[in-house]
Amino acid sequence: MRLQIPIAIGFVAGMFMFVQFFIPHQMIKASFEDALDWAIIIGAFALVLGLGSLFRTHIDKIRHRREGFSYSFVTLISFAVMFFFGIFYKTAPHTTFDWLFMNVQVPLEATMFSLLAFFIASAAYRTFRARSVEATLLLSVAIIVMLGRVPISDKIPYLNLHEITEWLMMVPTVAAKRGILLGVALGAVATSLRIILGLERSHLGGGGGG
Amino acid sequence: MWEKLLYFDRRIIFVLIGLVVIIPFLTGWMVPHGQITPSTQNLYNEIESLEPGTPVMLVFDYGPSGMPELHPMATALTHHILSRDLRLLGVAIVVTGPSMCQDVVAPLAEELHKVEGVDWVNLGWKPGGVVPITQMGENIKRTYPSDFQGRPTNELEVMAGIRDYQDIGLIIDLASGNAPGAWIAYAHDPYKVKLATGVTGVMAIDYYVYLQTGQLCGLLNGLRGAAEYEQLIGKKGFGFLGMSSQSVAHLVIIFFVIIGNIGYFTVRRSRQRSE
Repeated sequence: MRLQIPIAIGFVAGMFMFVQFFIPHQMIKASFEDALDWAIIIGAFALVLGLGSLFRTHIDKIRHRREGFSYSFVTLISFAVMFFFGIFYKTAPHTTFDWLFMNVQVPLEATMFSLLAFFIASAAYRTFRARSVEATLLLSVAIIVMLGRVPISDKIPYLNLHEITEWLMMVPTVAAKRGILLGVALGAVATSLRIILGLERSHLGGGGGG
Repeated sequence: MWEKLLYFDRRIIFVLIGLVVIIPFLTGWMVPHGQITPSTQNLYNEIESLEPGTPVMLVFDYGPSGMPELHPMATALTHHILSRDLRLLGVAIVVTGPSMCQDVVAPLAEELHKVEGVDWVNLGWKPGGVVPITQMGENIKRTYPSDFQGRPTNELEVMAGIRDYQDIGLIIDLASGNAPGAWIAYAHDPYKVKLATGVTGVMAIDYYVYLQTGQLCGLLNGLRGAAEYEQLIGKKGFGFLGMSSQSVAHLVIIFFVIIGNIGYFTVRRSRQRSE
């Protein structure tokens, strides 16, 4: 029963969402809206599960004094502070929560992301070598796209790098991307059908598909 | 000499990149106008074609890490939307989105004498990923019973006459992740609402496919997209300023790649000769 009931719920919910797409009746539409309300509520519970996992991981790290456990203190204290201000003083603009977000999280996250520019430049210098035909092709295309993405290249006479870049994006890249997307979409359809029909059971725990 | 150059201290690269990124911001130097990409022009034309009062949904699906590229886009788009007297609905399916929306729209709205709740609204964030996107296709006010400030959306003038996507003139999703894919699959395709997107440079390549199929009516590609949009509305801002830094940084990286390759082949040849 521990398996059959979730599989039955999955089958009914999956089939309902599939069938409602083809039946524009008011009753079906109202049930669909209710189902979406439930989905949002269930989605909110995922946050609770995520928090549980976050606490477990960091408390475990602190308890066993694992390497870098002091950062776990920072995580938990930061969480507690934001939680306190968010719950008791709201998250609307001009609140302490909003101030903390804009003046702590924004600069911290921006700093982390901006470091990428330095590492990409250094990595490009050290590893971007024309060692083979494929590497030379990659290198040439990278240089064209890097130049084509900045307005300075528009000033280079007789060579419309901007249009060449757009062509590279719109033709060869789209061709490859479409092939990948079709494969992914077919895989998603197959996996969905397997879940609805109860053939795929790994999401129910215990590992392994049916 | 080339061997030394091949393995020089990478901190020199860091310093150079730092300088070329910072100097344009300090001096205010801006790159000259460039060509407008058709996907940017299409989005501009789409907004121009909307009747005043038409609701436009501007989706803030990004956080602080996407700010350098997406904030200038959001600023230029907000300016265009509000100055054309269109109604702006700020929405987010990423938790950091509402703060991004507030940061961009509130000061611009004040500058353009637009009133919150009348001309624009920040509806905030809903959990569930694709679920709120689908639910808005049925009923937007049911998805967002209150706005970011906690006011009932039923009572807001800006929400008057809006039920679902059929009442929205255009959705523009500004994202640093894969959110535009969800908007295409769950908003554009089933409800046939017009959709455009603005994404970071590294993400843009994923969305050219949808541009070609017509599922997206416009695409702003990274900082260049933002700078192009600023050029179209005639209001240079952080897009142009950032583009100046990015232009020189790209040239510096290309210079280093070329130097690295010359060094690599020179050293390889001299080693082969000595063998």
